[in-house]
Amino acid sequence: MYSVSCRRLCKTFQQGELAVHALADVDLDIDAGGFVCLFGPSGSGKTTLLNMIGGLDTPSSGEITVAGQRIDQMKRAELARLRLKHLGFVFQSYNLIPVLSARENVEFVAQMQGMGAQQRKHKALTILAEVGLQGLEDRRPAELSGGQQQRVAVARAIVSGPELVLADEPTANLDSATAEILMKLFVQLNQQHQTTFVLSTHDNLIMNYARRLIKLRDGRIVEDIDQT
Amino acid sequence: MILLRLAWRNLWRSPRRTLLTLGAMVFCNTILVFMIGLQLGMYDLMINNTLRAFSGNLQIQATGYNEKPQMRRSFADATQLAQRVRDHINLDSVSARATGFALASSQTRSYGVQVLGVQPATEALVSTLPGLIKQGSYLSPDDAQTAVVGSVFARNIKVDIGDELTLVGSGKDGSIAATVVTVVGIFDSGISELDRNLLQMPLTVFQDVFSLGNDAHKIVISAANLDAAVKVESEISALIADHPDLTLLDWQTLNPGLQEAIQADFSSAWFMYGVLIVLVGFSVLNTVLMSVLERTREFGIVLALGLTPGRVGWVVMLESLLMGLAGFSIGAATGAALNMYFAINGFSYSGMQEMGARFNLPAEFYPEVSLIALTLGPGAILIATLLAAIYPALRIRGLQPVEAMRAV
Repeated sequence: MYSVSCRRLCKTFQQGELAVHALADVDLDIDAGGFVCLFGPSGSGKTTLLNMIGGLDTPSSGEITVAGQRIDQMKRAELARLRLKHLGFVFQSYNLIPVLSARENVEFVAQMQGMGAQQRKHKALTILAEVGLQGLEDRRPAELSGGQQQRVAVARAIVSGPELVLADEPTANLDSATAEILMKLFVQLNQQHQTTFVLSTHDNLIMNYARRLIKLRDGRIVEDIDQT
Repeated sequence: MILLRLAWRNLWRSPRRTLLTLGAMVFCNTILVFMIGLQLGMYDLMINNTLRAFSGNLQIQATGYNEKPQMRRSFADATQLAQRVRDHINLDSVSARATGFALASSQTRSYGVQVLGVQPATEALVSTLPGLIKQGSYLSPDDAQTAVVGSVFARNIKVDIGDELTLVGSGKDGSIAATVVTVVGIFDSGISELDRNLLQMPLTVFQDVFSLGNDAHKIVISAANLDAAVKVESEISALIADHPDLTLLDWQTLNPGLQEAIQADFSSAWFMYGVLIVLVGFSVLNTVLMSVLERTREFGIVLALGLTPGRVGWVVMLESLLMGLAGFSIGAATGAALNMYFAINGFSYSGMQEMGARFNLPAEFYPEVSLIALTLGPGAILIATLLAAIYPALRIRGLQPVEAMRAV
């Protein structure tokens, strides 16, 4: 069963009179529980593809199915609900809410899902402990290091038990030791919870952890490598 | 709950900006509470003084007399009925009056004048006019052919204390009503209509001259204040229920001009308050809009996490609501403190004492400390605050997560 399926996916940006094809006829299937890494040079379409899969951007043409639902024609509110219930995001620059503590950042998504106060508090503390942030739960993002902030972002992405986690260059702002710890965490979560991970990166270290590598160039898939 | 926490903490990201906006709201709320309290207090004073000056809070009249005041629309046994009312509501300030018109002539001049027959013993309890005699004295129950006149009338017709006036009018039965009265007092009410046109004489003399028998046209009832008047109104209505020819009129019916003047004054004041409220609204709009524009990236994040644009908009509305409620509470509290101080000590300004004495008004005004005085202005500011937040909240609805997250 596929977690993600794209058919003839195109995204064209208009820059003045010039049409830039960020994605061109991309066909892609990602199995549920997969650990996939998108790589390629800058401007190859990695982030655009992740944004399309995450429903953060709409395709110019083509079909996308995520968690069994066609999302390319969904309305904004429906996409928001899909993201809230089925997807988790980890961004390159952490993107935590600065006025909330680590625990509150994690709880935020759980509360939006309607989880009860006791349950979400317990879950947030458990997941923060799981990502190695025990004792730092009440610190605000500004009081945490880059690696710690990214772990909070990971905790936030998985707190609601999403089927799919999308991570856009999650280690770009981290040193290699912290990046390795984070990747091990991803692998562990992937194996423990059978969560599908789709990452984009330039980093060879990260690619070593992926079971499948997809290389993009000029908006097209040029290589699809199985590393199992 | 987390949205509330988020909204509250967002407010304090830029404490100086929030405090400045809050300060503007508190200042305006305080001013509005004080001004509205003072205005309502002045209206109370205005109404009470006007009613005490002449018309009283309530009047019993023959049905139709108020619309068409004619001599023949009188009712019988007026003084007895006045006494019954006094006993029934246990209030002394009840007095009968009769009204007519006459041509008054002195030795040199003639003028038309409104002639009022009053009960000298009780008139002072329903009207401040007897206390405003500037020359001579007021009518006494033992007086016969005497009268008091307004100061402008006395000057115009050239009479002084002790001078005689000849009155010629028309009696109830159509006969000629004529008499000679001696001026025993001249009053100066500050109300030009009364000072220029009014002559008072004892009711018994009036009834005799104008062929009224024991009739009168009005029974005037003066209560301690408007609330007290409302309380006695139903009792008096019950008392005269078996007299279908009689009607009980309240002060609004008796003084439609006063009610209209108050409404006009209140409306013009609200124009000024409206300017103040709009200015505060723009200040809030500026704050909220700045805050929204600064956080575009953050809104992109929460949209990406799965919050609907509507819910994100609610966070912005919640921030404005919290700021508005803080401004409401502090502004209403400081305004209440100010009003309470002046409600005890009185509010006055230069020249007010002289003006007050001239118009039989107190030298100080006392702002009203009531729920409406304390909440009307701050409530309007709160609504303006929420309205000001609608545009920034709507801007968020148009945000695309990807574009918003690219914002610096």
